Amino acid sequence: MSDTQVPEIMRQGKIAPWLYIAPALLIMTAFIVYPGINTFLLSFKNEDGTMSAAAACVEGEPCWGVLENFRYALTSPSMLNAFRNNLLWVFLMVGGTVGLGLLIAVLADRVKYEALAKAIIFMPMAISFVGAGIIWKFVYAYGTSQVQIGLLNAIVRKLGGEPISWLSEPAFNNFALILVGIWMWTGFCMTILSASLKSVPTEILEAARVDGATEWRVFWKVMVPIIMPTIAVVVTTMVINVLKIFDIVYVMTGGNYGTEVIANRMYGEMYVSHQSGRSAAIAVILILLTIPFMIWNVRRFRAQEAIR
Amino acid sequence: MISDRIKMILSGLPTHVVLIGLCLIWLVPTFGLLVTSLRPFQDINQSGWWTALAPPRGAEEYSQTCASCHGSNGKEIATADLTDPELIGQYSRSIKLLAMLKREIDGQPHLQGAPAPEPQQAADIADYLKRISGIAARPRFTLSNYIDALMGYRGTANYAADCATGEQALDLNCNVSDVMNPRGMGRAFVNSLLVTIPCVILPLLFASFAGYAFSWLDFPGRMLLFALLVGLQIVPLQMTLIPISRVYAQLGMNGTFIGIWLFHTGFGLPYAIYLMRNFIGSLPREIFESAYLDGMSHWTVFYKLALPLSVPALASLAIFQFLWIWNDLLVALVFLGGQKPVLTYQISNMVSSLGAGWHLLTAAAFVSMALPMIVFFALQRFFVRGMLAGAVKG
Repeated sequence: MSDTQVPEIMRQGKIAPWLYIAPALLIMTAFIVYPGINTFLLSFKNEDGTMSAAAACVEGEPCWGVLENFRYALTSPSMLNAFRNNLLWVFLMVGGTVGLGLLIAVLADRVKYEALAKAIIFMPMAISFVGAGIIWKFVYAYGTSQVQIGLLNAIVRKLGGEPISWLSEPAFNNFALILVGIWMWTGFCMTILSASLKSVPTEILEAARVDGATEWRVFWKVMVPIIMPTIAVVVTTMVINVLKIFDIVYVMTGGNYGTEVIANRMYGEMYVSHQSGRSAAIAVILILLTIPFMIWNVRRFRAQEAIR
Repeated sequence: MISDRIKMILSGLPTHVVLIGLCLIWLVPTFGLLVTSLRPFQDINQSGWWTALAPPRGAEEYSQTCASCHGSNGKEIATADLTDPELIGQYSRSIKLLAMLKREIDGQPHLQGAPAPEPQQAADIADYLKRISGIAARPRFTLSNYIDALMGYRGTANYAADCATGEQALDLNCNVSDVMNPRGMGRAFVNSLLVTIPCVILPLLFASFAGYAFSWLDFPGRMLLFALLVGLQIVPLQMTLIPISRVYAQLGMNGTFIGIWLFHTGFGLPYAIYLMRNFIGSLPREIFESAYLDGMSHWTVFYKLALPLSVPALASLAIFQFLWIWNDLLVALVFLGGQKPVLTYQISNMVSSLGAGWHLLTAAAFVSMALPMIVFFALQRFFVRGMLAGAVKG
């Protein structure tokens, strides 16, 4: 983000720059800044934004006064469940996408059909969450006792097991949803990690191999340390994405059977229970959760830019 | 020499196995959906898509129980031609068929001492007989699911059959106007295009203006404003839906295209400005200086030099915006809803109202996936480049 000095000769009038920025500035103020501030204020108000949130307090029950919505967002059982699920999502999906992405990037680098393999892994990025939801609902389909038209249950049957209702069984459904997320986002991680791997100087790798290092050691002791900054960036970017995950859960289970995540609670409070104050409080918490990762990410970029 | 080559191939083997295995896992779910969307709807709920090329249901039972006398084509006994729809029509239920199999014909047991089939097997045989007699004949693959989905057909047979007998639903005219049926994917496809195209052009245009100003125009607070605008990326979309839809309700803009165009433009801008500034700002400064020395105004420099030179950045941004808006459900749900249904809205609506109408759902999903897939595979280069610019520089 180095400050490009504008050449002296190109200096212009005082108004001209603002004409260029005006359209963007106006639209962003109207559609991001204004509603963002509005929502922030709503989080301290009651369910229809007319009174302070403290008005919702009941005698004899715990109350945080004007922060009542935040008490709900941080302590209610359904929100605690959403936090737990989101934590599971963050660990499994970030681990899965980054791990598989790295594995595929390394393996694809050694074969002739690299472009094809990468295109296949990357393809789900072009599909909508709705489309992916249908694709995977069909894989998870739970048929009758005679016919299993869902691929997964047909395999379970072939192996001698009992068919499982993957999306409504609390022991499995969160994992089933996270798998869809991994399917959709591994391509993203793979592409960035692959570009980073290609920039590792081949002389270093060759030198390590000549010294008798096994491929396994070359990977862990040479490649990984060199691309560590990129891995860190991919991990933080994915954490931010996964914290905001919404569509997969919305399309596949609607948040039923204990699969709700934070963003779904936010949507539900807004459009199902019409509790705009609570919904706004959840939105604020979501932003607060992502900000540390954002800052860390920006710092990393800066450091990386400086090295270049 | 040869053993060395074999060694080399063997040492590469695990790589190939793992990589090809992963690619297959990635492809199979989508492939299954494609195969399913091409099968007749009666078959979809009877057997998994992986059996699409296997013999039809009941074929095996038929060859065990009936083929020895009636022949493999069912025509061997002239007085009991199993391909005759009138004859089979009398035994379309498996109970009737079972009774017939247990009866005596000309004083001989029908099955000549062979054990009678189980009820499930009899049902399979009845199904098979209906198929070969033409009562319920159907091809292995068909395009009728796609036609039904595009036209918004919701009946129990299919669009072509209902139109042939004149029993079509009230909202269908059985001519080309059905493509625009509000319940169909054809209309939703057009709506998606109408939403997406301006939503791609507007942010690109405004971001180019701003990107140029932030790179080559000088004004106080330039870097601070740039950082602020780009920082707006952290505001989650859901956070802004309520206030905006309230304002829209007052202005009567809910359910209008202009409302959704402006909203998507606003949310596309932070990233677009960031990318455009980085790209335009990294163009060689000598070009701009000499153009300015030649007496060109800023405006001429912008559209004669900066815009044409930033085509690669514009292309990757356009693809991002296109995929993001074409695939969006939430914003369309809130601001357009059922008034102007787009593809994603129409499909999620079908999920909730049709239950497991897999034949329509699979075809509809493919209709919605076709265009982004084409765009993606044709312009993959630009997509990847834009993604790397965004991720590695942030």
